[in-house]
Amino acid sequence: MIGHNGYRKALVVIGFLLPSLLGLLLFQFIPMLSSLAISFTDWDLLTKASFVGWDNYRFALHDEQSLKSLSNIFLYIAGYLPSVLVLGLLLASLLNRKMRGVKFYRTMVFIPVITSWVAVSIVWRWLLNGQSGLVNYLLSLIGIQGPVWLQDFFWAMPAIIGVSVWKDLGYVTIILLAGMQDISEDYYEAAIIDGASAWQKFRRITLPLLTPSLFFVIIMSLINGFQLFDQVMVMTNGGPAGQTSTLVQQIYMNAFQSNKMGIASAQSWILFLIIFLVTAVQQLLQKRWVIYDR
Amino acid sequence: MTDKHMRLKNSLSHIILLIATVILIFPFLWMLSGSLKNSLEVVKMPPDLIPQVFRLSNYVEITKYFPIYTFLGNSILVAVVTTVAQLLVCAMAAFIFAKVPFKGRDAIFFCFLITMMIPTQVTMTPLFIVFQQLHLINTYAGLILPGIFSAYGTFLLRQHIMTIPDALLEAAFMDGASHFRVFRSVVLPLTKPALATLSIFSFMASWNNFLWPLIVTSDTGLMTLPIGLSKLQGRWATEWNILMAGNVVSFIPIFLVYLFASRYFIKGVTMSGVKG
Repeated sequence: MIGHNGYRKALVVIGFLLPSLLGLLLFQFIPMLSSLAISFTDWDLLTKASFVGWDNYRFALHDEQSLKSLSNIFLYIAGYLPSVLVLGLLLASLLNRKMRGVKFYRTMVFIPVITSWVAVSIVWRWLLNGQSGLVNYLLSLIGIQGPVWLQDFFWAMPAIIGVSVWKDLGYVTIILLAGMQDISEDYYEAAIIDGASAWQKFRRITLPLLTPSLFFVIIMSLINGFQLFDQVMVMTNGGPAGQTSTLVQQIYMNAFQSNKMGIASAQSWILFLIIFLVTAVQQLLQKRWVIYDR
Repeated sequence: MTDKHMRLKNSLSHIILLIATVILIFPFLWMLSGSLKNSLEVVKMPPDLIPQVFRLSNYVEITKYFPIYTFLGNSILVAVVTTVAQLLVCAMAAFIFAKVPFKGRDAIFFCFLITMMIPTQVTMTPLFIVFQQLHLINTYAGLILPGIFSAYGTFLLRQHIMTIPDALLEAAFMDGASHFRVFRSVVLPLTKPALATLSIFSFMASWNNFLWPLIVTSDTGLMTLPIGLSKLQGRWATEWNILMAGNVVSFIPIFLVYLFASRYFIKGVTMSGVKG
């Protein structure tokens, strides 16, 4: 592009970039580096910090609560990811059909996505309540005595998973639907001529050509899964007995309730590394199963 | 495939989609219905689907528990200012990254992209300490500032500004327009769809943000809706009708924005999804 040159252009560049640069420097890079530095100290906000080497990392990797929260997250992902993918695929394939009312359904299924986790969690706390909850009332109609979901040692995590699937389903559906709409009609027409069944079309055309969207959903779900916080904070506060505690909740507790800044920072870097590793491994593996040529 | 076969399949699809829609939407209707019940009816078994008397007074009574309308005002202020500022800041940087080359530009842009990978949890602890030093805890500035700068927003707008033909901008420069003039009168109008998408996303993110406002506010008068609601439910855990009234207050604004701009919500999601 042409336009002014020399010092006037330099002024423009500086003027236009300065706000962003300052913002990212002050709110991203400097905090990031400080957090790395703090993670090697025993700072408690009150007394002077001293260098403790890898102690905080060692602690975080051996601490029972940290490990518990990590295994909780693996459990969460193991339940959440397959459910949201299967249900998302089902809804997206139905919404991909040419029939009336599709736009209406599409608008409706997205509503839980736009709502705040806090509001949604409070509603679900009521729905899942042991005495006045609608879910247990409906179960009682078919003769099942429901558990006290969110206070139940076994059922708390499945309840968190279920509500998360409910909240994110619209998002996953819309992404998969967009992927399906990108697939050329020609493939399906050729398949119909060859006499393919609906299942064969789905299995041999839709699913392979949808792998880029599936890949994206899986990556996003893993990243969000490791950062699980809002819904747990409101619905169970990590309970009962740490059954639903998460990594971010541990970081929050250590930093802002116990003032253990060093440990919290080390945990946040471990979280970052996990997310980074998962993404990197997925990127490597995707060559094996994601099909980008259409 | 026969016509009859097709119709059967369509009806089956409708049934499944209807069931899914009911499951996804019902909690919101239940929330609305609960917000209009009195404290006895709200725990009654078997429950009434529709309240016997619509108790609109819950929406007044809730202020005895918590200043919910102050939270509402705070949320609107924070979300609107964050969104407007973010659009401007991101668009300015995006314009340079897309259309004004200079030495070292790509290196700077690369640094922008790196920050997209850093989770909030890494930066929040030091950021809290910095804000404490600057006396920004319990201020609107403390709530708003970190939300303004978005590498993702800059990236999104850059991709769109890059599609504007250079010839168009050159013509404007030939006519003697300044960079600022070109940015305001040519680039911004041509980037409107992307700006609309980003503004919806930025507004929604700010409206629903929980972790940072939770850290940066302890003063009730400055809390946004998610923080206020979470405190409200922490203290009055089972006053369901009051809690639901609070939820409805927080739901309606974002729902209205969604109704008027659902196109952009869905476009924004698919844009980040397919090209991501």
